[in-house]
Amino acid sequence: MSLDHATIRRIASLARIRVEEHEVENLCQELNGILGWIEQLNEVDVTGVEPLTGAANMAMAMRADIVTDGGYPEKILANAPERIGDFFAVPKVVE
Amino acid sequence: MSLTDLTIARARDGLRAKEFSAVDLTMAHLHAIEALNPRLNAFITVSHARAVDQARAADAALAAGGQRALTGIPLAIKDLFCTEGVRTTAGSKILGPFVPPYESTVTANLLRDGAVFLGKANLDEFAMGSSNMTSAYGPVENPWKRKQDDTAVLVPGGSSGGSAAAVSARLAMGATGTDTGGSIRQPASFCGLVGVKPTYGRCSRWGVVAFASSLDHPGPFARTVRDSAILLGSMAGHDPKDSTSANIAVPDFEAACARGVKGLRIGVPKEYRSEGMPAEIDALWQQGLDWLRAAGAEIVDVSLPHTKHGLATYYIVAPAEASSNLARYDGVRFGAREGGEDLRDLYERTRAEGFGPEVRRRILIGTYVLSAGYYDAYYLKAQKIRALILKDFTDAFAGVDALLTPTTPSAAFAQGENMDDPIKMYLNDLFTVPANLAGVPAASVPVGLDANGLPLGLQVIGKPFDEETVFAVSAALEQAAGFSALPAIRAGG
Repeated sequence: MSLDHATIRRIASLARIRVEEHEVENLCQELNGILGWIEQLNEVDVTGVEPLTGAANMAMAMRADIVTDGGYPEKILANAPERIGDFFAVPKVVE
Repeated sequence: MSLTDLTIARARDGLRAKEFSAVDLTMAHLHAIEALNPRLNAFITVSHARAVDQARAADAALAAGGQRALTGIPLAIKDLFCTEGVRTTAGSKILGPFVPPYESTVTANLLRDGAVFLGKANLDEFAMGSSNMTSAYGPVENPWKRKQDDTAVLVPGGSSGGSAAAVSARLAMGATGTDTGGSIRQPASFCGLVGVKPTYGRCSRWGVVAFASSLDHPGPFARTVRDSAILLGSMAGHDPKDSTSANIAVPDFEAACARGVKGLRIGVPKEYRSEGMPAEIDALWQQGLDWLRAAGAEIVDVSLPHTKHGLATYYIVAPAEASSNLARYDGVRFGAREGGEDLRDLYERTRAEGFGPEVRRRILIGTYVLSAGYYDAYYLKAQKIRALILKDFTDAFAGVDALLTPTTPSAAFAQGENMDDPIKMYLNDLFTVPANLAGVPAASVPVGLDANGLPLGLQVIGKPFDEETVFAVSAALEQAAGFSALPAIRAGG
């Protein structure tokens, strides 16, 4: 499976990272190099193997569904690049 | 002996006996940082005033007889741990302006035990790298020098390169790191230190900037095995805020260092003997096995058949998780923002401007392997191979108590080397990645020097939640090796 320029543009768009036209060819080569190296996994037979999702097959802990934190908008907004009142501000989305 | 040369264990006794004050100890390290950090670049942020306040509080606690495990001990904190009121960058431009309004659980545990934080240590951007060369805040210089060529500037390893350089050069007595594929053990090996990646779930990940959540492990750096055990004892413990944190009591790691290895069965995985392994690393490995045998351990050959597929598996799983974790950096709620014509343009420009090339590469790979049509071929397949790698360890540990391997395929390399091809850099983690995929504890212990006079480490891998045996074996190696070489660049050196 080899990536072409259109696929690079598509995954960059999915990842919301702007890629300039002159960067596409270089990225294409780098990512194909890595994916080509990963192809070695094709030689492993995984028939009947259950996937492992975490570092260990541990049961997830349950917790009470109650509010334990919050109520300090100033702390939350202190790092906002832009705010209006108690809201995060972004460019206009709806006309 | 200068205060910056003391071990944590020795400083603890000295503070208790009032041989020196916590302020003396902290000032000695702050002076060392002032003198050497402009060259080494081990710290991104030095929190001078805060450290002095914490040292004064430690002296007050000592005067009142309230000494805890780390009262007055000055540490470096990898700049991936959120520290309340102290800028936390993750080595990235995108978090350049970020000042966390909360404290990570691991650093809160260290503060609870009286530690002093000197500042935030440099690292590869978002912990993605093996050389500290991807940091947006510049590379870190390894305090060790090649003896034939002292002009070459070597890397400290990565991603926890600043932590390792700081402890090695005596700018801090110990440090926190994180290890996703080798990011504690590889820099520990490159800088002549002890580095410990505990069992997954032993140290909370809450408040640690996430790279790959199922692989990220916080852990300590120190100059002795005992010091690393003291640090891990404070860092570890159950945390309800991390759903993968283990609700298992923290044993006395320091006491485990004195257990010895008599009667232990130590496995030698044959798959770690790779074709291109330098002869001196192989010789050191044999030497390590001889030391353990002489100390009463039995050496047993074992097989971990899927070892060679660990790295490629890792380079699917880790980027996949990273692409998801790093989606939060969008220029809206915190961090840097690049203006755009509309919201989407703002996201895309913010992320293009804020992430460096390696981070961008990994996000794109991760996005691809998770995208429709490719998920089964890459991500699901990798998760299945990960299950086989865990089974390899489970099978091996049915017959042995611990494994001994080299930590890295080479000693520290120079800045600029291994940069032409991403895969060359990835190969540094060949021996360390399997323990992350399986979640088992592992430590790197300095045991010797290569022909260039650079440190080399051996890796001890243990059973899940049996760090005590890892410490026992590591301490036995440390004692037999008597590693006493010092880096060329160090405080008081």
